Amino acid sequence: MIINHPLLGPRDSAEFTYMGDARLMDRPDPDAPDAAAAFYDYAYLRDNPAGWHRELWFHEAGDRSWLVVTRNTVTHEISAVELASDVARAQGRT
Amino acid sequence: MKQKSMTQTNRIAGGQVDRSTTLKFSFDGKQYAGHDGDTLASALLANGVRLMGRSFKYHRPRGPLTAGSEEPNALVQLRIGARQEPNTRATTAELFDGLTATSQNRLGSLSFDLLAINDRLSNFLTAGFYYKTFMWPKAFWEKVYEPIIRNAAGLGSLSLHDDPDVYEKGFLHCDLLIIGAGPAGLMAALTAGRSGADVILADEDFRMGGRLNAETFAIGDASGADWAAATVAELTSMPNVRLLPRTTVIGAFDHGIYGAVERISDHLATPAPDKPRQILWRIYTQKTVLAAGAIERPIAFENNDRPGIMTASALRTYANRFGVAVDQRNAIFTNNDDGHRTATDLHAKGVKVTVIDTRTDAPKSQDYEVLAGAQVVNTMGRLGLTFAQVRLQGGSERTIECSALGTSGGWNPNVHMTCHQRGRPTWNADLAAFVPNDLPYGMTVAGAAMGDLSTAGALAGGAKAAQTALGLTTPLPTIPDAEDAPVNITPFWYVAGSNRAWVDQQNDVTVKDVKLSHQEGFRSVEHLKRYTTLGMATDQGKTANMGGLAIMAELAGKTIPEVGTTIFRPPYTPVAIGAFAGRHRGQDFHPKRLTPTHNWAAEQGAVFVEVGNWMRAQWFPRAGETTWRESVDREVMATRGSVGVCDVTTLGKVDVQGADAATFLNKIYCNGFAKLPVGKVRYGLMLREDGIAMDDGTAARLAEDHFVVTTTTANALPVYRHMEFVRQCLVPDMDVQLISTTESWAQYAVAGPNARRVLEKIVDQDISNDAFPFMACADITVCGGLRARLFRISFSGELAYEIAVPTAYGDALIRRIMQAGAEFDITPYGTEALGVMRIEKGHAAGNELNGTTSAQNLGMGRMVSTKKDSIGAVLSRREGLNTDDDLRQVGIKPVDPADKTPAGAHLMAADGPVDAAHDQGYVTSACYSPTLGHHIALAFLKDGVNRIGEQMRLVSPLTGVDVAVEICSAHFVDPEGVRLRG
Repeated sequence: MIINHPLLGPRDSAEFTYMGDARLMDRPDPDAPDAAAAFYDYAYLRDNPAGWHRELWFHEAGDRSWLVVTRNTVTHEISAVELASDVARAQGRT
Repeated sequence: MKQKSMTQTNRIAGGQVDRSTTLKFSFDGKQYAGHDGDTLASALLANGVRLMGRSFKYHRPRGPLTAGSEEPNALVQLRIGARQEPNTRATTAELFDGLTATSQNRLGSLSFDLLAINDRLSNFLTAGFYYKTFMWPKAFWEKVYEPIIRNAAGLGSLSLHDDPDVYEKGFLHCDLLIIGAGPAGLMAALTAGRSGADVILADEDFRMGGRLNAETFAIGDASGADWAAATVAELTSMPNVRLLPRTTVIGAFDHGIYGAVERISDHLATPAPDKPRQILWRIYTQKTVLAAGAIERPIAFENNDRPGIMTASALRTYANRFGVAVDQRNAIFTNNDDGHRTATDLHAKGVKVTVIDTRTDAPKSQDYEVLAGAQVVNTMGRLGLTFAQVRLQGGSERTIECSALGTSGGWNPNVHMTCHQRGRPTWNADLAAFVPNDLPYGMTVAGAAMGDLSTAGALAGGAKAAQTALGLTTPLPTIPDAEDAPVNITPFWYVAGSNRAWVDQQNDVTVKDVKLSHQEGFRSVEHLKRYTTLGMATDQGKTANMGGLAIMAELAGKTIPEVGTTIFRPPYTPVAIGAFAGRHRGQDFHPKRLTPTHNWAAEQGAVFVEVGNWMRAQWFPRAGETTWRESVDREVMATRGSVGVCDVTTLGKVDVQGADAATFLNKIYCNGFAKLPVGKVRYGLMLREDGIAMDDGTAARLAEDHFVVTTTTANALPVYRHMEFVRQCLVPDMDVQLISTTESWAQYAVAGPNARRVLEKIVDQDISNDAFPFMACADITVCGGLRARLFRISFSGELAYEIAVPTAYGDALIRRIMQAGAEFDITPYGTEALGVMRIEKGHAAGNELNGTTSAQNLGMGRMVSTKKDSIGAVLSRREGLNTDDDLRQVGIKPVDPADKTPAGAHLMAADGPVDAAHDQGYVTSACYSPTLGHHIALAFLKDGVNRIGEQMRLVSPLTGVDVAVEICSAHFVDPEGVRLRG
């Protein structure tokens, strides 16, 4: 596969390490009253869709950016590649 | 069989072999001669050899069915010695002078194979016989059935020597990849090449031109072969076109990536010096034109597998391209007009031909006899065809004497590569064949592969495909005139009433097997494939699958498209494992990382061990030491007695800088770092988000905004990745930067009561206990000004330091330390002594941080701060990880000091039952402690903290361990930590 890195352009997927569902960025509030239940969901429950999936890739043999890649798990088509830090900021993280 | 002399008696005029060269070769020990441009199969046929192998299951005599890479039968062992290569297709093996080939899959000689008895037993060896015959008695499987099957099955054998050749890997980029250099591929390349695009044209054959080399028709004013040669010459002159003959594109992968194997040296006796045998290319392309042609399919009839029976197009190829008439008396069995094309060509070469056409309205000929509405119902000839039995239209039978019989059941467009992304082809009733439908990204298909089976169609289609793929607006090259015959076919798959009619010749699957599979309830085409093994041989059923599908459709009362095809998978043709491995073999299987002291340690005679990719000194044997234990015990005692030095460079190092560095460490470590003063080091435990320990190490605060974090050797990369994840994904605006500096600093542990005295001679600053106490750290200089770092941390439990210098100075520093330490008999120690000393101190390492243990298990539950949030903190507090009787780290010592306490053994109550239900815990690390004089171990034990002093049984039923042990503190040596603070 080829991942179109937002900063570096098209790169072979062999340069990346895969981590999985981009929901791992949605770390719950540890101080919320339901924190234990929320963290249980966060740590253990993942969707595994046959189709479009937002997932985390680390450019380990490159610039060490974490990327959010929107990929179709059936066709391997990639529709969007974003810097994870941009996505995190857009979600309100600081 | 009539004995022929061995002087190319079947060689006829014409063709593209170079008769001015004579190449000598041998097959099964007999010497033959052929010409440059021959394949092994064409040269053997020229010499009158039709019998080239034995079939997989029944050991039936077999000869080539085809003249190409789709060959199921003519598999031979090529070369001898270390280069011996089994299962090579004689139909593609390029002849070279001195080639040595032997037949395979026989017991005895090729003409008298003892395992041919299987053919007589065929009633018992039908589809699924493995599943039926070898079911009982159960005990027979391992001892009786499997060895027999293993001995009888399979094809060629391996040399069992190391492959002496080099295989290379390479990367290519282009605008347009063209697969196949027949009329469509060449025309596409011409169109694209003239437009200036970067083009790669790959073809599996050693001579580009595809079918043009095997046909007699003209293109424009030239013969097809001459037009191909002229076109190849023009393409060769274009700097933007790369021609890859002898190159098989093996797979279409995601996003326009293709795999291809170029056989650089397979046509030579040995590769030229410094040349690889093969190159595995990874080709990145924007667009692809698939022009892979079509494959003629045979018709199934009784005994249709005798040597001399092949596809009609193969007969034509051998005659037209190689100048070989397989025999002077030929028959053609066809259901379509293309069979007549073969008859016409053979007749023109002076060969006698009879055409048996299944169609009652078969075209007539002035030149040869045509039996319309007739079928071949059986054949004769033990080691090769002698007669064909033909049922005529009226029902009467006639015997035709022939030694070559070509069958033509129509042509299958070669859709293989269009299906590698799970595309499914679609049925074309006019061709009675599947044609491409869903295509991989960026692919267009042209020529016969698309179902354009005429030469004119291929030429026009190739030009158009290149134009479409590249979006060209320039005018197309002139398309020369060429034959444009329509396809005229009446589907006919197998002769009714035949049983031992081969559908898949390589896996010995007959019409009867397909019927049996249907009778036994296998309805899906994928089930048919697996039950009968149809199409599962190395040829992937290129000549077989369609026949099987058609019979299945008929039996199920369905149409062929309703039955569908099985999935085509890469590689297109078999690839040597060596090509996939490339240079990654033996010592080069993966990269090796050498520590800064590697050369020095090698000089000391160190024994090295691979840790991750690192080569670390395991121990340093001295003269007179005969066991590793002697060396390790000495290294431990010398370190604890005076001073030792160990290279710990391989521990991961991450530089953490920025105003928020301390806040960031608070996030990734479960214990607190915000209040760590500058100039101090602290032990840190990292948890995973699920509350389980991930890694441990130290963080040294060199400045308010600068920490150096260490990780375990094995986790250097995962921990760094995790830290970047937290930084970028969870706290994107924190002012913190990370960089891995593992390889930038050479770092050595200097440990033992004399450690300070050694380092005082090297470090420029005051390192007295007051000036530089336990857990101090600082930027320092050594040897009169070289920048360095010093950390007063101890893994061994002794007075110890870790000293770091830029890696380039690592070799110099170890030599200087050894020099400075000489008066104290400084002793280098390896990873074994390091391990012994940390077990003696009860320090957790990888064995304890094994992915199942929590901070509480490790006895560090109270380290998890409740005052701040950190990764893993919330889930580390959940009920299941905080039970009263959970596993705790303890020490183990044997009641009898002579006993061993091996890792992996489990703890049981001294008087209770020994079974999994009563398991109390397990040993994680064990060693002989030279300090204590007996074996010791670290273990996880239920409610361990409250069981100190208890006697238990340590058992491992698998390895026969059963010893009485006593539970004790894990801190075996200096539990108060007096030494390390000294």
